[in-house]
Amino acid sequence: MTEATTKLVATPGQTIGPFYGYALPFEKGHELVHRAHPGSIRLHGVVSDGHGEPIPDSMLEIWQADEHGKISRKDGSLVRDDHTFTGWGRVAVDNVGHYTFTTVNPGPTEEGKAPFILLTVFARGLLNRLFTRIYLPEDTEALANDPLLSSLPEDRRRTLIATREENGDLRFDIRLQGNNETVFLSYPGA
Amino acid sequence: MSTEMQSESFENSHVLDPAATADSQETINKEINDIHAAYRKSVEDGGAEETQPRIDFAPYRSSLLRHPTKDLHHTDPETIELWSPAFGHRDVHALEADLTIQHNGEPLGERIVVQGKVLDGDGRPVRNQLVEIWQANAAGRYVHKRDQHPAPIDPNFTGVGRCITGDDGSYRFTTIKPAPYPWKNHHNAWRPAHIHFSLFGTDFTQRMITQMYFPGDPLFSLDPIYQSITDQKARDRLVATYDHSITSHEWNTGYNWDIVLTGSNRTWMEDEDAE
Repeated sequence: MTEATTKLVATPGQTIGPFYGYALPFEKGHELVHRAHPGSIRLHGVVSDGHGEPIPDSMLEIWQADEHGKISRKDGSLVRDDHTFTGWGRVAVDNVGHYTFTTVNPGPTEEGKAPFILLTVFARGLLNRLFTRIYLPEDTEALANDPLLSSLPEDRRRTLIATREENGDLRFDIRLQGNNETVFLSYPGA
Repeated sequence: MSTEMQSESFENSHVLDPAATADSQETINKEINDIHAAYRKSVEDGGAEETQPRIDFAPYRSSLLRHPTKDLHHTDPETIELWSPAFGHRDVHALEADLTIQHNGEPLGERIVVQGKVLDGDGRPVRNQLVEIWQANAAGRYVHKRDQHPAPIDPNFTGVGRCITGDDGSYRFTTIKPAPYPWKNHHNAWRPAHIHFSLFGTDFTQRMITQMYFPGDPLFSLDPIYQSITDQKARDRLVATYDHSITSHEWNTGYNWDIVLTGSNRTWMEDEDAE
């Protein structure tokens, strides 16, 4: 085991800018599973700015466990063979700020834990990426016991819980600023 | 400007940001200098040094409505946050690290090699992880339908590359030195030459996108994106070093740039570290 003792200062982030279109989005990037996969759902919503206007040039990434709560260690996200669940997806929003992922409901990684999907937001005008969590709405007891959610006032807490639509889809809107601004996260060591 | 272009500019905020104004460079400089002076004063008075850009930085006009006004909520990472997606040679072909061989001919411009290491906050190499880059060509033009800068597109240069880091965290790209280009933040606004980098760590909380700059760029002090990092030492971390040992005889010039991600919060197992 190598001794890791040197503490280094992190390199600063910068905005993704407007011109990532040929570089980052890739074919089926938003399909963590094929639409025909049993239990597949659509996760969708709109990214909006401080005036409530949709942001048409942001890019999102999600990272999640599979339906059994297992964290994938498999590579191959960028080639999407429609069979391998890698747990990671990337999508550029459309002209009206709307995004869609095809995925599965993540299972709890431990019994009694509230399942969530990790989301990262990039956009022109956003000088550094933002992290947030998309919680599934069903397990109200687990949600009530969740350490992050219970540290937030009710009006802030609800920005992190997705809405289940009648057809089983998940709706999660992202508001970068203003009324109902989404809670964004920081972590130790950042 | 044709009617068609005007209507597109009006409808698409990609093209003309509603927040953009006809402010002069002098106005932008004064705003930047005032924020920086207040920051230096705060450090002199014992305040913390900043290492990341401010997300609320008004001289970059597009940031005005696109930053959260509430503090980031501090949380301890759990489960999925302690891991990152895995990438490998199934995802990326070795040739994707050479941006000069993607077409039938040689791109125009100064051929460069940019190499360095990706490390975490404890100095551990970030192994077998994805690095993605994109950039303008030697004339300052991106291959992107929204880039309307009237500089030539180079049919032999797309400006997009990927690689997987080695066991020592190293990456290496062969490309063309990008040129500065104009943008619409204020009147006569120009970005310093840069290469965009997208990086993953061992934990998803280390995910970052940034820009690498070239030493001695005369546009540094004028650029509100670069200057959104208020601390000079932190800004310097985005500037590559010219390295003659990377330069090769009659072929390319060379730059070195190491990237440090934020700390990993995972409990490291012996086999992961020593593998």
